[in-house]
Parts: sequence; C-alpha cells; structure tokens
Amino acid sequence: MTPVLQMERVAKRFGAVTALREVNLNLAAGEVLGLIGDNGAGKSTLVKLLCGFHQPDSGHILLDGEEVTLKSVRQARALGIDIVYQDLALINELSVYHNMFLGREHVGFARLLSNRRMRGLAREHLDAMGVRIPSVDVEVAKLSGGQRQAIAVARSVYSRSRILLLDEPLAAMGAKEGALILDLVRDLKARGEVSIVIIAHNYAQILDVCDRVNLLQHGTITFDKPTAETSLQELTDLVVAEYRKARTRGGSP
Amino acid sequence: MRRVREEFLRHREASVLVVALGLGLYFMSVTDVFLSAANLVNISQAMAPAAIVACGTVLLLVSGEIDLSVGVVAALAPFMMHYAIDFWGVPAIPAILLALLTGTLIGFGNGFVTVVLRVPSFVTTLGTLYFVTGVVLTTSHAYPAEIPGPVDGAIGAWLGAADWAHLGWALVIVVFLHVVLTRTRWGLHTVAVGGNPLGAAEAGVRTARIKIGNFMIAGTLGAFAGLIEAFRIHTIDPNIGGGTGLMFTAVSAAVIGGTALAGGSGTIVGGALGALVLAVLQNGMNLIGISANPYFLILGLAILVSMIANVYLTRLRRAGRT
Ligand SMILES: Nc1ncnc2c1ncn2[C@@H]1O[C@H](COP(=O)(O)OP(=O)(O)OP(=O)(O)O)[C@@H](O)[C@H]1O
Ligand SMILES: [Mg+2]
Repeated sequence: MTPVLQMERVAKRFGAVTALREVNLNLAAGEVLGLIGDNGAGKSTLVKLLCGFHQPDSGHILLDGEEVTLKSVRQARALGIDIVYQDLALINELSVYHNMFLGREHVGFARLLSNRRMRGLAREHLDAMGVRIPSVDVEVAKLSGGQRQAIAVARSVYSRSRILLLDEPLAAMGAKEGALILDLVRDLKARGEVSIVIIAHNYAQILDVCDRVNLLQHGTITFDKPTAETSLQELTDLVVAEYRKARTRGGSP
Repeated sequence: MRRVREEFLRHREASVLVVALGLGLYFMSVTDVFLSAANLVNISQAMAPAAIVACGTVLLLVSGEIDLSVGVVAALAPFMMHYAIDFWGVPAIPAILLALLTGTLIGFGNGFVTVVLRVPSFVTTLGTLYFVTGVVLTTSHAYPAEIPGPVDGAIGAWLGAADWAHLGWALVIVVFLHVVLTRTRWGLHTVAVGGNPLGAAEAGVRTARIKIGNFMIAGTLGAFAGLIEAFRIHTIDPNIGGGTGLMFTAVSAAVIGGTALAGGSGTIVGGALGALVLAVLQNGMNLIGISANPYFLILGLAILVSMIANVYLTRLRRAGRT
C-alpha cells in the first residue's frame, strides 16, 4: 500500500545552518510514527515542512503517492494536514475559543464572526476531550502551561485531519494530562482515520503509543524500526553511543 | 462595587469617557460658552480629524506597527486633489478618489517596506514622513492653494465645510472600524499578528496581508482627514496639522484610549474617546483664557498617566481579576 505521506531526499537550510540534509520518511495509513532525536536535530523543522510552514530547498513531499508542493499552512490544512507546534502558536491576548478557531473562524451575517457558535463548539469539543479549563472565554495568557498545550492539541484534533503532526505535545503536561493525550492518540488510532507523527523526548511514551520509531541525526533518518522490535534500552543506547562518539572525536572529556 | 470595578476594567474605554465627561462638566461650570452650539461644532471639528487618524493608528498599533507619516499624508491629499482638478483636468469625484488613493498607496509602500523588506515601521514611516513632506513643499512651493472650483460647493459641504460634517464622518468611520476590529476575521487576525507574530503565522494567519492592509487603511484615513480639514478651513495648507501635529495627536489619542504600543490590544472606541478628551481639553483651556502652553503640560501628563494606568490594569487583568 502506498504510504499516505512520504518525504524523499528532503533538505532544508537556514542560512549557514543545514537543519535537514537528506530526509527519507514514510508514514503509512493509520500509523503512529515516533520521531526522536537530539535537541537541534531538525525534528521541528521536519514537521514544519510537512505542515506547509517551511518549504524544502530540495527533495519531494508525496501525499498518497503524488507529489505536492505545500506553499502555506492554509494549503496543507486544506489537504488534511494539521499540527501542534512545539511553541503551540497560541495568541495570549485572545480567548480560548478564538484561539481554537484561529485561521478557520466561523462567520455569519455580513461575514461577522459567529462568536456564539464558536464558543459553543469549543466548549463542547473541550468537554468531550476532557480538557479542564475555567471557561472558553478566558484569555489564553491566564492558563497554565499544560492547559495551553491541551488547547493546542484540542485545536489540531478538532478539524479531523487525516494527518496529524504533534511536536512534543506532552512537554508541559502533568502525568494525568499526559495520559489523557496519549489516550487520545490511541483513540484516534483505533478509529483508523488518521495517521500521526509524534515527536517526544520521552522514549517510554514513544514506545507506548507508536507503531514505529525514526531517529533523526545529522539531518537524516539513521534508524527506523517497528516499536515491537526495539526497546527502551536500544533507543537510549543509540543516542548515548552517538554522544560518546562525539565526545571522543572532540577529544575533550 | 466589585462588579462595577470589574466592568470598568473590562471596558477600558469607560474610564476615558468619564474623563471626557468630567472635563466637559468642569468647563461647562466655568464658562457658558462651552455648551453653545457654535462651540460644540468647534470641538467636534477639532476632534474628528484626530479621531479618524487615530482609528488607523489603533489598527496599526494593535497589529504591532506604527505609522508616523499619516499626518503629512493628510497634508498631501488635498494638494493631490488640487493638482488633479486644476492642472490635470480630472473631474471632481475622481480627483477626490485619487487623493484618497494616494494615501492608500503610501500606506502600501510603508507596509511593503516594513513587512517584505523587514525595516522596522518606525524607521520606514519616519523616512516616508520626510519624503512626503518634501513632496508637499516642493510641489506647492510651500504656498497654500485655494479649494478648486468644482469641489467648492455641495461636495465641499459634505466633505467638511458643513458644520456637522466632521462629526458625521468621524462617527461613521469609528463605528465601522470598531466593528471591523471586534467582530471580523480581519480584526481578530490583527490582534493575533500583534500579539504573537510567529504564532499567528504558524496558525495560518496571513500576517503580511494583515499588516500591509492596516497600513493601507491608515494611509487612506490620513488622506481623508486631510481632505475634510482642507474643506473646513477652506484652503489647502501645506502645513495642515502642523506637519507632525496630527500624527502625534492621533498616537496620543490611541494611547490615552488604552492601546498598548506593544501590539495585541487596543480599541477603536478608546482611540476616538482619547481624541475627544484632547479636543475638549484644548477647547476648554482656550475658552477660559489659559494660553496654549500649559496644554502640552497637561497632554504630557495625560499620556504618562494613561500609560501607567494601562500597565497597571493589564497586570490586574493578567492576575485573573476579570
Ligand atoms: N527559523 C529558523 N531560522 C534559522 N535557523 C533555524 C530556524 N529553525 C530552526 N533552525 C535551526 O535548525 C536546526 C534544527 O532546529 P529544530 O528546531 O528543527 O530542532 P529540533 O530537533 O526540533 O530540536 P528540539 O528538540 O530542541 O526541539 C537548529 O540548529 C536550529 O537552530
Ligand atoms: Mg523542536
């Protein structure tokens, strides 16, 4: 079966920095793919290419086997790709429900915002997801880090995309809220409607929810195995071995 | 009492309205002339151009930018109308549209240089301020011109020569842009871009379009304010609003009305009320015979006090009191 999403020899530079050298990546339908790698390895850059925020310098991105040029976030969204950014992309000054619908607002008469409708939908959706916040009317600035992250995740799930990119969605979560998001990922997977790329530094969580793990190093994918065939030990060893090697190469302790 | 305070915090504009009314009451009590029809016309005419320009300034400040050139755009617009009618033979209405379009285009230029070439808007529009001043002074030889015949009648009356024309236009523009800022996608995205530029772009807001668009609105409003002023004083003056005066008054009005310079918050109604406070203050002091000089003293204090109140109120709100 053709993967829903493929990257072929994708490269991305920022001035002198080569964030991604040559990335080949496949995401199968209904699959949950874990993406790991050191800080600065280029994980965020990779998903920002897939959601249309950045454009690759070279290489191809294929959707259902057909090459696509993702020119903007809006276009990628229209193709069914949604993302939770590492920085969450929330606007502190706006209410929770305006943030939920930012960039895809409901409008009514004379193209005025349908605030009542958006407020109701946001409340319903957050309740259904078990996200606990004081009210959908509060400014996002007043929420805790974990609550903000929950809003960002809820926003990306709301649109029922076919491809969901989660960039460290658990970073600010408490154990309980983290479990809530992991359960959400499992639910989505069980429904089989969506394929997910999830970035995390917690390998146990990755092994817990993912079907497959990819390791990003030196701007390319250096490791690709089903989670069933790997272990926490192996993943840790991979990353630490890399660190040891770099240390001996560098010569200093 | 608590509720009252909460409502007050939520509607920052209310405090500005209270100040305006307080000033009005004070001047009313010390001089009979203050409430006379003729004087109310005076106040409305002093307020309107500042309020109109302040609307554009608020939109820009909320989206995280500033335009220092709106005041001189106001000086240029009526000259464009004059040149178009008297030198190029353009009919009245197209000439007026051309004058407005000049403001729109200057706004586009400001937006383009700021957004695409990434020059901070303070610098971009400072350059535009001097450049446009130069254009006005060289083309007019620094001499005033007369209102061209074809527009010196009904059109002129509608556009500022009639007593209440200023107030009418100001109200229409304020109400319209208030709705735009609070109830439309454009307004929401303006707040988003000013509050978190990167986040807004990540969320799919077309940030460049929003910013450039707001520069264009500000430029157009500057041109419009210049036109109605020209019709009111019935001459085309290269020094309308004292060059930078109108722009500074508009920024002051916006700030007094509760708009933060950092972007992400501010209200059109607040900016308009700020313009009203300034107009009442200047008019009243004039009536009771205080010279113009202490006006600046009070203006300076008003700006500082508003800003301090702003910072304080924002902190209170962030602490979750609303
Ligand atoms: N917009 C940008 N402009 C310039 N350089 C960038 C930009 N975005 C990323 N980089 C650089 O690209 C490299 C990869 O960054 P990226 O954010 O993708 O790493 P990451 O794997 O997500 O790291 P982390 O685990 O810390 O989130 C880094 O060296 C970073 O400095
Ligand atoms: Mg990252």
